[in-house]
Amino acid sequence: MSDLGVKAVTGKAIAIHGNDIDTDRIIPARYLKAITFSELGQYPFQDERFEPDGTPRDHPFNRDECRDAKLLFVNENFGCGSSREHAPQCLRRWGIEAVVGVSFGEIFAGNCEMIGVPAVRARPEDIVRLQAAVGADPSIEFTLDLDAMRLSGGNEVVDLEMPENRRRSLLEGHWDTTGILVGNAAAARGVYERLPYTSGYR
Amino acid sequence: MAKNTLYDKVWDAHVVARLPTGQFQLFIGLHLTHEVTTPQAFDMLAERGLGVAYLDRTMATVDHIIPTDNMARPYADEQAEAMMAALEVNAKRHNLNFFDFASGRQGIVHVIGPELGMVHPGMTVACGDSHTATHGAFGTLAFGIGTSQVRDVLASQCLSVDPLGVRRIEIGGALGPGVEAKDVTLHVIRRLGVKGGIGYAYEYAGPVIESMSMEGRMTVCNMAIEGGARVGYVNPDQTTFDYLRGREYAPDENVWDRAVAHWRSMASDPGAEYDDVVRMDGADIAPTVTWGITPGQSVGVGEPLPAVEEFDEADRPTVERAYAHMDLRPGQKMTEVPVDVVFIGSCTNSRISDLRAAAEIAKKGRVAGSVQAIVVPGSQQVKAQAEEEGLDDVFRAAGFEWRHAGCSMCLGMNPDKLVGRQISASTSNRNFIGRQGSAEGRTLLMSPPMAAAAAIEGRVTDVRELA
Repeated sequence: MSDLGVKAVTGKAIAIHGNDIDTDRIIPARYLKAITFSELGQYPFQDERFEPDGTPRDHPFNRDECRDAKLLFVNENFGCGSSREHAPQCLRRWGIEAVVGVSFGEIFAGNCEMIGVPAVRARPEDIVRLQAAVGADPSIEFTLDLDAMRLSGGNEVVDLEMPENRRRSLLEGHWDTTGILVGNAAAARGVYERLPYTSGYR
Repeated sequence: MAKNTLYDKVWDAHVVARLPTGQFQLFIGLHLTHEVTTPQAFDMLAERGLGVAYLDRTMATVDHIIPTDNMARPYADEQAEAMMAALEVNAKRHNLNFFDFASGRQGIVHVIGPELGMVHPGMTVACGDSHTATHGAFGTLAFGIGTSQVRDVLASQCLSVDPLGVRRIEIGGALGPGVEAKDVTLHVIRRLGVKGGIGYAYEYAGPVIESMSMEGRMTVCNMAIEGGARVGYVNPDQTTFDYLRGREYAPDENVWDRAVAHWRSMASDPGAEYDDVVRMDGADIAPTVTWGITPGQSVGVGEPLPAVEEFDEADRPTVERAYAHMDLRPGQKMTEVPVDVVFIGSCTNSRISDLRAAAEIAKKGRVAGSVQAIVVPGSQQVKAQAEEEGLDDVFRAAGFEWRHAGCSMCLGMNPDKLVGRQISASTSNRNFIGRQGSAEGRTLLMSPPMAAAAAIEGRVTDVRELA
């Protein structure tokens, strides 16, 4: 991942329909047994893309015309459930660079931010129109502009929202927080020393 | 903005700094780690030449991938063996306080943290697992985090977080017979929805919560995330202090009174202000069973399944998908539904009181011929306690399998899985499609006594009607 900020994402989009799509559906737990993230790009929505015998189903993530899509349009509470970072990792490693939805599971949204993937909100009626536009013509190129908080493509121009803190951390490239947190080690030590439980309440 | 709640007090005590992005750096008082969400985090630490900043605030165990029928090494599953080996290497390299099988204290991370007395009121807790909210039962702010955040906590003992609102959920009255903490938490999710808690910490309160055991409170807080709330908690009280006293990592007697005084001071003030308050009545809660593919899709065991039109229009496609996946129909009663598998266990319901309650039901009959029923204690210590009480004999005599401690059939990461279209009565926390290891498998969430009753009758059963 680059330390430069994410200002915009331009590319084709995939629409995944439905509320409450959980992280077990995004990536089944059996793929969490690998001790690296490197192979995860193969597996988004694995159990929805393939029959139990391995035969591919008609699923956007299996379609040739979607293979270079960078944006994902989803509905409400996308990524609810497990804290597995494997969910945004598998989407990112497949090629998805930003997710646009009505709302997100909170841990999923945080995990997206931690790896530099914007998870941005749009109004439900706007999402429905965007999903319909992609369904009608998967070749539309969209641009998600994090500066203007606007998504445009085809005949659509849609206003976006995300927590300002998260937007800034993406724009400024601060999503990898380890360095910042370690940089405040002295202040953290001060809090540690003040907390009664760290000294056994003595 | 909420004021003078436990959430505010714990937050204020742990804030290290406001970050340039506007987020807050929060000190984490206890970091619980396990094999699944750490290997990549330790690799990232190594790449950056960083170590574990606060070993005294960090512990590790193994729970998700271990087989519960045969613990012999190497595990038959090579990936599970590699994952276990990676944690062993990291535990040794970093000198982690590691509760492995040989320690006699291994178990599900959300069972052993409390059981060892590590979780104290007023703490912040983090773990690379969404059910970390369990520890809120002790009056903590407990955050489920992803692997990059595990890296952050290992390296700095801190998280970068945004503040939450606080919603008080007050449950008045009392629970009827046969109604368990599990039913309370399922009822709350049904009422407030699986996304109702987004942006909130849930403060569970009121007479029903106050009269609950710590284990019941853990069951309630455990599923806060299933209602969309990343954090759930209960204010600490005498029940909390009594649970902690004498445990391995609890404060010793010399400082006990001082610790209790501090813990009491962290509870929400009587005049605390909340962003939202919701009231429910314990008398309205029945033994509850999920029928769908989200933990919010549930009914009281005697109710007919709801019509699709009863749901918000935006949710109807999910409801239709649920009926199709589960092969159920509106109007049907859950007591008509046969089960193939019964799973009693998981970080929601594998503690000693859960096993005692299930065993009481198991005494009333035998597992129906067509059903596979497994009981998986949450920790080695729970297992030992249950065996001392003879619960293992009760279960075995009734035809249940008695297993070693682990996450087991909650999540399909170990050999305990549903097969094909099997339908399970499960005391776990998620009925998501594919959750229990089969893409076609089906899960009905319920309490331990309800699951035991389903095992005996071979179908979903109202535990109150079991002779």
